[in-house]
Amino acid sequence: MYRYDEFDQTLVNQRVSEFRDQVSRRLSGELTEDEFKILRLMNGVYLQLHAYMLRIAIPYGALSSDQMRTLAHVARRYDRGYGHFTTRQNLQFNWIKLEEMPDTLADLAKVGMHAMQTSGNCVRNITTDQWAGVAADEIEDPRIWAEVLRQYSTMHPEFTFLPRKFKIAITAAGHDRAAVKVHDVGLRMVRNNAGEVGFEVLVGGGLGRTPFIGKVIKPFLPKRDILTYVEAVLRVYNQYGRRDNIYKARIKILVHELGAEKFAAEVEKEWAEIKDGALALDPEVVADVAARFIYPDYAPLEDNPPALARARKEDPAFAAWLDNSVANHKRPGYAIVTISLKPIGAPPGDATAEQMDAVADLADRYSFGEIRVGHEQNLVLPHVAQKDLLELWQKLEAHELATPNVNLVSDIIACPGLDYCSLANARSIPVAQELTERFRDHALARTIGRLHINISGCINACGHHHVGHIGILGVEKNGEEFYQITLGGRADEHAKIGTLLGPAVRYGEVADVVEDVVAAYVELRTRPEELFVDTVKRIGVEPFKERVYAAR
Amino acid sequence: MPLVKSGKIVEDQYVRIADDAPVPDGVAVIVSGARFLDDVETFAHRTAAVGVLWPNNRPIAELEPHLKRIALVALVFPGFRDGRAYSQARILRERYGFGGEMRATGQVLRDQFLFLLRSGFDSFEVSKQADAAAFVESTKTFDVFYQPTGDGRATAFRRRLGQAVRAARSEHRIEV
Repeated sequence: MYRYDEFDQTLVNQRVSEFRDQVSRRLSGELTEDEFKILRLMNGVYLQLHAYMLRIAIPYGALSSDQMRTLAHVARRYDRGYGHFTTRQNLQFNWIKLEEMPDTLADLAKVGMHAMQTSGNCVRNITTDQWAGVAADEIEDPRIWAEVLRQYSTMHPEFTFLPRKFKIAITAAGHDRAAVKVHDVGLRMVRNNAGEVGFEVLVGGGLGRTPFIGKVIKPFLPKRDILTYVEAVLRVYNQYGRRDNIYKARIKILVHELGAEKFAAEVEKEWAEIKDGALALDPEVVADVAARFIYPDYAPLEDNPPALARARKEDPAFAAWLDNSVANHKRPGYAIVTISLKPIGAPPGDATAEQMDAVADLADRYSFGEIRVGHEQNLVLPHVAQKDLLELWQKLEAHELATPNVNLVSDIIACPGLDYCSLANARSIPVAQELTERFRDHALARTIGRLHINISGCINACGHHHVGHIGILGVEKNGEEFYQITLGGRADEHAKIGTLLGPAVRYGEVADVVEDVVAAYVELRTRPEELFVDTVKRIGVEPFKERVYAAR
Repeated sequence: MPLVKSGKIVEDQYVRIADDAPVPDGVAVIVSGARFLDDVETFAHRTAAVGVLWPNNRPIAELEPHLKRIALVALVFPGFRDGRAYSQARILRERYGFGGEMRATGQVLRDQFLFLLRSGFDSFEVSKQADAAAFVESTKTFDVFYQPTGDGRATAFRRRLGQAVRAARSEHRIEV
């Protein structure tokens, strides 16, 4: 965990005072709603269909148990007893009163939390691999760089009023769990021929109404240059990004219109002017940030303790959870545990205050007080001793937090949709709920294997439907909810935009269509190990289309 | 519209001249960038100060060769969500070393003051009287900064290193 020092904490406290003043100026009428809107957005406050929504920043998805308890407190004290974890590793509350926002933020600030830049046309929460620091396949801990970028981008005087929002993601692992190819800037930590670690820089990825996969504009960037280079990218974007049309204002459109090469050349020109300036990183500065990360004091433990093997044999339900939700840790004797927030029949990513408190207590007891949020809207306990897995599983079960469906068909990513969101055209949550009911049999889900369903309630694509193995997009036709289905998308290192299956279908037909698609896959795959996306890649969408639409 | 300089509301010494109006002698004027570039020589030989109002969608680099002849550059925020002029301001100050007055115009509200100061602005045509009156107070809200800009405020990154040096020194003193 990164531990705030007096500078970080002071800034968060001052931001609360500033926002308190802004809210009181709004309530007194000194600020118009139009003027206030930008200020509240910079503090994560949206006006939704029924109420204000507060989006709280969880920098790179890392939470301490105390922070999680504070979220539970906020859920109880200011909201309706639950919160919603998002695809950008943040948390949203949906029912907080505007008058109570400053107090909510003051309570959060006590544990170093805030809602800065979780909205607005600025650099948003920096996201990374939820397994950062513990993944067996990473080059180094990307959180150090996420933190350096967090500080750099916080209240940046030049880049707080960009053409549009700006999202940066980092991965340091071979397997990309941070979806860096669909971010405005994606950073992959790589090693060059000389053995030095640096960054491969991608720009212009993104979803929304015009999806693009990011393009590499710098194959290797030394660490000292990360901030100057990002500043050069932002400066080119701030000056030349389109501001005439909100739907064409993201950097991906600029990169697309200029072409990646020309864009890269503009960045190089700007970078040449600033690369040796005050923003170039001294190793001491990075070491100083790294020094405030606390690493667990791991015990010397053996892998696969005999008691674990026995428990696995004795209890098939435990074995199913182990196989599904537990991953290898880089330390022997430890494991990474994913906590599914996708119980059958519930809205994806929601957690009650009781569940948050339970996870906080379990983190203290079994995971050195540390919790992570993944972009798939699940939680992670990153440092669990293998010998404790049985006990942990039993306690998770008691709180309905042990559904063994991680990465399976019912592990659905969905936006809040028309149930909450003022932008939505269609509902997302009930579609997800219905699908989890259809695939509630875990044995069947295991037979189907890894399959990501992503649902967005409108073209803005908060549910990342373009990169779902099965993507579901809600649209509106003559006042009725319709859904477009895409197949074969993916957000990992082989990121790809899904292909449209055929005409949109009615709300009541979505689950049937998805079932037909899945049934077709099971018939068409060459062997059980061929994942859904691989089958789609091999044969295209036509065979699916024939089967799905033949009956309709 | 109140003008703020050095934290105070002051009288504007400049007169803004429309493109089709004659330029009066002996008074400090602000003219459009297009007009200035059309007639650089004439403006260069004026004794009274010349200010240039530069649009936010034209590269500021075009003004660079003439900066020595310009006493003031006014940059524009057509709406306060349009942040292009922040980049122009930093380039003017930090890259071209422009030392004259740099004025923020357009929709300029209290909640931008600190960002504007940090980007190099030193005069402000403030949209609301109450905001202008609260200028000094509203720029004191924050005293922690993460980005090195031309305003010289030390960043948290540097202050931490400074702290480490001071801590080492005080340890040494105790030993003595």
